[in-house]
Amino acid sequence: MSDHASTYVPKSAFAKWFESRLPIAGLVHSSFVAFPVPRNLTYFWTFGAILIFMLGAQILTGIWLAMHYVPEATKAFDSVEHIMRDVNYGWLLRYLHANGASMFFIAVYIHMFRGLYYGSYKAPREVLWILGVIIFLLMMATAFMGYVLPWGQMSFWGATVITNLFSAIPIVGDVIVSLLWGGYSVGNPTLNRFFALHYLLPFMIAGVVVLHVWALHVTGQNNPTGVPIKSAKDAVPFTPYATIKDVFATICFLIFFAWFIFYVPNYLGHADNYIPANPAVTPAHIVPEWYFLPFYAILRAVPDKLGGVIAMGAAVVILAFLPWLDTSRVRSANYRPLYRQFFWVFVIVCVLLGWLGSKPPEGGYVIASRVCTIWYFVHFLVILPVLGLFETPRPLPSSILETVLRGKKGGAGMPAGAAAAPSTKG
Amino acid sequence: MTTARALLAAASLAAGLALPLAASAAEGQPHPPREKWSFSGVFGTFDRAQLQRGFKVYREVCQSCHQLKIPFRTLSQPGGPQFSQAQINALAAEYKVQDGPNDAGDMFERPARAADNIPWTFANENQAASANGGKAPPSLQLMAKARSYERGFPLFIVDALPFFQYQEHGADYIHALLTGYKDPPAGFTVPPGGHYNEYFPGHIIAMPKPIATDGQVEYPKGPDGKSPVPETVEQYSRDIAAFLMWTAEPNLEARKRTGFMVIIFLAVFAYLMYYVKKKVWAKVGGEAEGLPGTAPLGPTH
Repeated sequence: MSDHASTYVPKSAFAKWFESRLPIAGLVHSSFVAFPVPRNLTYFWTFGAILIFMLGAQILTGIWLAMHYVPEATKAFDSVEHIMRDVNYGWLLRYLHANGASMFFIAVYIHMFRGLYYGSYKAPREVLWILGVIIFLLMMATAFMGYVLPWGQMSFWGATVITNLFSAIPIVGDVIVSLLWGGYSVGNPTLNRFFALHYLLPFMIAGVVVLHVWALHVTGQNNPTGVPIKSAKDAVPFTPYATIKDVFATICFLIFFAWFIFYVPNYLGHADNYIPANPAVTPAHIVPEWYFLPFYAILRAVPDKLGGVIAMGAAVVILAFLPWLDTSRVRSANYRPLYRQFFWVFVIVCVLLGWLGSKPPEGGYVIASRVCTIWYFVHFLVILPVLGLFETPRPLPSSILETVLRGKKGGAGMPAGAAAAPSTKG
Repeated sequence: MTTARALLAAASLAAGLALPLAASAAEGQPHPPREKWSFSGVFGTFDRAQLQRGFKVYREVCQSCHQLKIPFRTLSQPGGPQFSQAQINALAAEYKVQDGPNDAGDMFERPARAADNIPWTFANENQAASANGGKAPPSLQLMAKARSYERGFPLFIVDALPFFQYQEHGADYIHALLTGYKDPPAGFTVPPGGHYNEYFPGHIIAMPKPIATDGQVEYPKGPDGKSPVPETVEQYSRDIAAFLMWTAEPNLEARKRTGFMVIIFLAVFAYLMYYVKKKVWAKVGGEAEGLPGTAPLGPTH
């Protein structure tokens, strides 16, 4: 599907001259114009474009903020207030950037759960999926370090708690922590290196995004049926069909984003971060940003410090092994009656973990966190491997076109005649 | 498609449920009552007269201990109390600030100018702490965003929704705190140097009741020789809370105004794009119905 430049015909003399020296126009053409897209994609498939838009928006607003921000422990907080009060549209830049991080995570979580539901991680998309997990890890690091920069109370204490976790690692733990801090406590060197890394990592994300998109365009997109494109009639060209749909979805997402920026800009933040960092005063509850809460709950669910750190790390890393943990050959949960139920249980468990992460670690909250943490890992390590062996999938449609012709998109639970082979390998 | 809708609902629930609201208030505290504010809502704006009264309360009550780190000039800026330039210059000139070094290398005192920050009563934090029982009174300019209280499930989700949005936790808290000085309940011992307050987390606050009596601050008189608003502790608290909301969010009016235009623009843009998309997809029989395509696909796949 990716023999690049095969359909691109340069029109002008200059384009011909250039294309024979650097066929980048042909590359763009085959990736974003002629690229065949399954015609039954729902709006859940627009979040990739939304995420690329958000990455670009974060980098742009971030560069502008960096022109006014001062990464120095005694000046950082005031420089953020300077941006909010004195820089032209500084308040807009900062609210765009701070809420943009949350929007980025909302979009990425929808994107990931979409992948989980429709089995987008299965062969031949394993590498595509793993690149996604790497992007997610880089995003988490970037967001964490970005939250430290305003140098408020929650910035400081969040940095203290999270960097301290590395001290649980045997032998090298203390060295790693000193390296992160640039000293023997969270202080000015920490802030400086976090700023440097916060500026660097988004460009690394952009690099991995290029690989992610490249891998996508080699394997082609999954779709709600999980059945691959078999004939020209199953697909439409990326431009204009997917392009216009992505543009429309991105604008709708921007309306949602704009609501937060302009009307509830501090809703997703924490009031304590408007208090300047003070190493002598610990906030009543130290809570990370909302998008880390499920992982924070897993961390605290384990009574042992090292165990908690391992569990939290494993909760993310386990995603990379998903293509091999899920033994079912059917991709889409639309045709997997049991997996579909377990998927929704898993979603609820993740939401509960998020809520528990915002609660103090005491009493019933701890017990609930432990139950949810165990279920989180059981889902990946027991349910997914076993389910594939015992579940009887519903018959798959013979082609994407067939489900489209049958009317409703996706063809959830619709018997599809003769094409009953559970294998979806195209 | 029901699964799609369910997935979206679950995702938004996931996002919503996980949102922490600031947990400044300890468990078992009464919630500050929710007040009506002119600056809440989509079209909220500050009440200039209220901000000017609030500033007067700051000067006559709070300033003896608390810093307000904003430049004088902002008091005349659009969207704020909008004192006139002449008023600001006169106001600033009442204060002395240290400047220098001059050509001879000496520090000197001069009257403050509009561009200076409002000076603090104390020379530094240590002096403030030593004069106030060991802890410096916090600066107030961000107070209305730096204080909040937990609303609990499900209210904290409702707080983010259009038409129900609630962003005035801080102003409500300040108002509640200033009117929340009560006699401690029977059996509650207040340690020396502490004061009982219904809304302060843990109930024991070092700050003595700042606004002691009605009539303490004299408000500007209307044409009938009477103040248009009551000169009561309740009204003083409300005015200073509004004023501190402005110092915390001086661009609130511009933000809400811009937001309205941005959202209208995006809504029109989305509406147009929806029909463009429909028209484009009609060439292949539309998205849902999807008749066999006449899509001009290349031979590449």
